[in-house]
Parts: sequence; structure tokens; C-alpha cells
Amino acid sequence: MGKTLAEKILSLKSHGEAKAGDVVIGDVDLAFVQDTTGPLTIRQFKESGFEALAKPQRTIIFLDHAAPSPAQQLSNDHLFLRHFAGEAGCPIYDVGEGICHQLVAENFANPGDVIVGADSHTVTAGALGAFATGMGSSDVAVALALGKTWFRVPESFLIGLSGTFPRGVYAKDLILYLIGRIGADGASYKALEFAGEALAKLTVSQRLTIANMAVEAGAKVGLFPSDRITRDFLREHGRGDKYKPLSADSGANYERVIPVNLDQLEPMLSLPHAVDNVRPVTQTKGVKIQQAFIGACTNGRLEDLAVAAGILNGQKRHADTRLLIAPASRQVLIRAIGKGYIQSLIEAGAIILPPGCAACLGLHQGVLGDGEVCLSTANRNFKGRMGNPEAMVYLASPATAAASAIRGEITDPREFI
Amino acid sequence: MSDLMLKGEAIKLGDDISTDDIIPGRFAHLRSNLPELAKHVLEDAAPEFASRARALSATGGGKAILVAGKNLGLGSSREHAPVVIKMSGVGAIIARSAARIFFRNAINQGLPVLLCDTDRIGDGDELKMNVTAGEIANLTSGIALSCGKMPPIMSAILKEGGLIPYIQKHKDFVITS
Repeated sequence: MGKTLAEKILSLKSHGEAKAGDVVIGDVDLAFVQDTTGPLTIRQFKESGFEALAKPQRTIIFLDHAAPSPAQQLSNDHLFLRHFAGEAGCPIYDVGEGICHQLVAENFANPGDVIVGADSHTVTAGALGAFATGMGSSDVAVALALGKTWFRVPESFLIGLSGTFPRGVYAKDLILYLIGRIGADGASYKALEFAGEALAKLTVSQRLTIANMAVEAGAKVGLFPSDRITRDFLREHGRGDKYKPLSADSGANYERVIPVNLDQLEPMLSLPHAVDNVRPVTQTKGVKIQQAFIGACTNGRLEDLAVAAGILNGQKRHADTRLLIAPASRQVLIRAIGKGYIQSLIEAGAIILPPGCAACLGLHQGVLGDGEVCLSTANRNFKGRMGNPEAMVYLASPATAAASAIRGEITDPREFI
Repeated sequence: MSDLMLKGEAIKLGDDISTDDIIPGRFAHLRSNLPELAKHVLEDAAPEFASRARALSATGGGKAILVAGKNLGLGSSREHAPVVIKMSGVGAIIARSAARIFFRNAINQGLPVLLCDTDRIGDGDELKMNVTAGEIANLTSGIALSCGKMPPIMSAILKEGGLIPYIQKHKDFVITS
């Protein structure tokens, strides 16, 4: 019997035969924390009785959620994490470097790796063929100490992608569509494995957007095979030697098979206050928005800024709509400056925020007022997510966000493309 | 080792209670001050929850049992969510289903989570639970509910009071099938 990608990676890392439903102990290739989960993780690590990190060079601390810090308590958490990094000898990516998941993709994630992070969007690295999953502080603390953790090997859903994206439709629309179809708990404890002819044209940036939101369907991982596109990305980021081809066996057993023809997709929106409350943009046009946010680990990459700049170039944001843009990393920001995107965006009235999580999670840089509506390219629209339970958050692609910022209301991006 | 038994009163919540509902991101600055953070548990989603849970745990006669619908704890990996629930005096969680990370985090904090048909439990019902066997007796309605069993490694972690105490004791994962 063939293996799914999840079974394949976990068999390798547990040095045995891992079948869906088994509980295995797997080696952890990379473990990381960020500034809102890190302090608890590190306190638990110290409490666990272990003196040293199992893999100091593969333990990473990221300061991205409160970046720069808006409150003295968070500044003190940053001090605590910086001190620990110095003491334990592990790398730290300080305020302004970017979002943990983007930096993991740029610098660390390799096909076949097991990656655990104290952040639910750790699944993002599944785009590069890594079994990457979010865990709580206790689990990550123990992974830091032992260099391994336990997994229940997930059953897999096969998402078979065919066709090509029509004009104005992007990876974000695909994943929103899928979450609407599967439901917010439809893939609980499962692996989403992407395959099909459409992958040959799906960039790593698009794969990162899709894998990022696997957790919004409840999934443990969102896995892409490692192919030519993965190889080119790894080469571009100076680790071509880490490339290895990786895909599921042809006889693998899937709990569910979901075919999606990209030709049939249209721009999608997730409506307040649930990510699986998904409808086509055409059915929600005209809702007034006071803020558009383009960024986050979902959609803060160079390709996303290129799409936004393409639409906003020579245009102006609506007078009643603030336009916030947060590049996902310093590298993305520098490249976007080089390409002229930042100039176009600023001329269109955008506020460029520092590389980091920015407005996504409601602790700074774009907290909403009572009754305000934000169209965000992030991954969550739970009540209160952007800092105010009286506000509403809609999720969409950077193209939809850019078009809507111009009109001041939810707008179909195809009107501008 | 004898079975883990609990008795308490149900405080019932709805479906899809996210970790942002349990402890909103706007309180991230309090995450290194857990007693202060815990004051804000479910503040927007169920404003009466904290005072009810504290009152129940203060009586000594019974503990608060958080009973929720489907997909409890969806969203963020913040372990602060089960931490603040436990700090409010909740002795166990019962849900129709729970999000993966939240479920594991609660067990890692030594907070039992049982999954069953929670439509059979009303707000304020008196419950008696055998966590080890996965059995719930609803003393108010007289209905008995059986729950799915967790993997042995999770039972072992729960038995030690959470993952950190488990690791302090065993120094490694010990898998018994």
C-alpha cells in the first residue's frame, strides 16, 4: 500500500512505518516561538528540568506579533526572549525582520522536514513539503528540550487541482473557497494534501498562501509535494542543496478526495465572524469599508504587493478608507521598493507598516473602532480579532482589498484588471 | 492508579468558541501576568462565565465544568486559552468537538477534555464524570453519556497533571500501546 505525503514524512522522521491513526515519536528539524507565545514556552522549558536546547541552531525566536512593541509589558517580554536567545545560543529575528512564517520559508523550511512552532499558522511551511504544524507552548517547550515530539499520524484529504486561475482570481480565493466547502472543522486532525496538474503553475508564494490557511479548516498540516518549483525557490534562497523531490505514492489511501477546477473559481470573501462563512465577492459588493489591510503571513509577499500595486498604481484610496500595507519580511520590503511597488502604493495613499504581523491580530497598528469594517488579506475574522468585538472583518485577496480601497466599498477586482 | 473522577456543574457555551473568544488578542500584553490575564476569560463571548466559574469553585461543593458545542478552541495556538479557563476554576471541559491544538493544550495543562453529544447537557446540570473511562452521568436528567477515548499517551500526560510534570518525571515520551 502506498503512503500519503504525511505518512511518508512521519515514517522517515519516526524511523519506522507510520500509518494514519498511529501515534509516533518524530524528530523535530526546526522548532520556533514568537513573541506572544514564546515567554510561556521558555518558562515551561526552564521548568521542564532540561538545561540546554536539543538543537540550538534549529531553535528560532521571532519578535513579530508586537513589532515594534506598543506596551511596556510586551517590551519586557521581548527583553526576556532576547536574554534567553543570548543565554541559550539560539538565533533570534528581532522586531522589523518580518513574520515568523515568512522567515521560516525564506531561511529554514526544507522538503521532508518536521517543523513545530508555537503559532497555529506554522502550517504555512507545508508549501515547501515540510510537515509543519502549530502547537501550544508545552509541546514546543518539550520539543526544544528533546528535539522530538509525538504525533498522531493524520488521515489525508487529497485536494486535486486542475485548470488555471482566471483573471482576478488568486490562491487566496482558492483557499477561501475550499474552507467554505470543507467547513472550519471539516478537516479537524487531518492533513490537506495538494496535488494535480495545476501545481505546475502554482508559485511558492501562492502555495504559502494556501498552506497557511489549512488550519482554518481544522487541519494539522497543508502539504504540497516538493517539485521543480520548490527546487527553484530553495536555490533562490541559497539552499538548493536541501532540495529533494517528494510526493505521495500513487496507491496512497485518502479519506476524502476533493477535485477543484481553478477555471471555475471567482473572487471570494469570508464574511464576519467565521472564516468558513464564504461567498463570492459578487454577492457582497457595496459593503462600505473603513480600512483595508494588505499583509500577514497569508498575503504579505512580493507577489501580493505586485498585484496590489498593479491595481492601485495611478489610483487613490477612497477618502473614507485607510489603506494599511505590511510587507511580510524585510526582504519582501526591499524587493518591493526595488520594483517600485512601494512608491505606487504610497502615492495611492497607503500607510506602509513595518514587516511583521501588524494589524492582523488586534494588538496594534490598525485596531478598529466600534462598528468599523475592515477588508483584510489575513487569515482570521473571528469576533474581536482586530482588537474590537464591535468591529467586522472580511477576508479576501490582495486584489480585492486593493480594488475595495479605491472604491471605499467591497469591490470585484476584475473591474480594475 | 484509580480512575480520575470529577463532579461539577455545567456552564454551557455555544458552538465555535475560538481562542480569540476565550482570551482576545488585545490582552496579549498580559500574557506574562496570568492572574491578570485570567480576569478577561471569555469577556466578550460569555461575560458571566468568569464570575459563575469562580463562584462554583469557591463553594468547594463542586467545580465548574465548561460544556461547549462543536469546534471548541478553534484558531490560535495560544496555550493561554486553557490556562485561563483552568485558572477560573474549571475542572474539566466537555465539548461536541474540539480544535486539535486546543485539545492537546488543555491536556498538556492537566485539564481533562471529554468529547460527546453535548445537546444532552443543559446549562446548570449536575454532572459526574469518570475521565479515565470516558463516562459522564448527567445527574439532573439521569442520562448517561459515553465519550471517545483519547490516545494512551494523552491519558498518561493527563494522569501526571500535564506535559511539563510528565516530562519532569519521565524525561522522555514513553509510548505504551
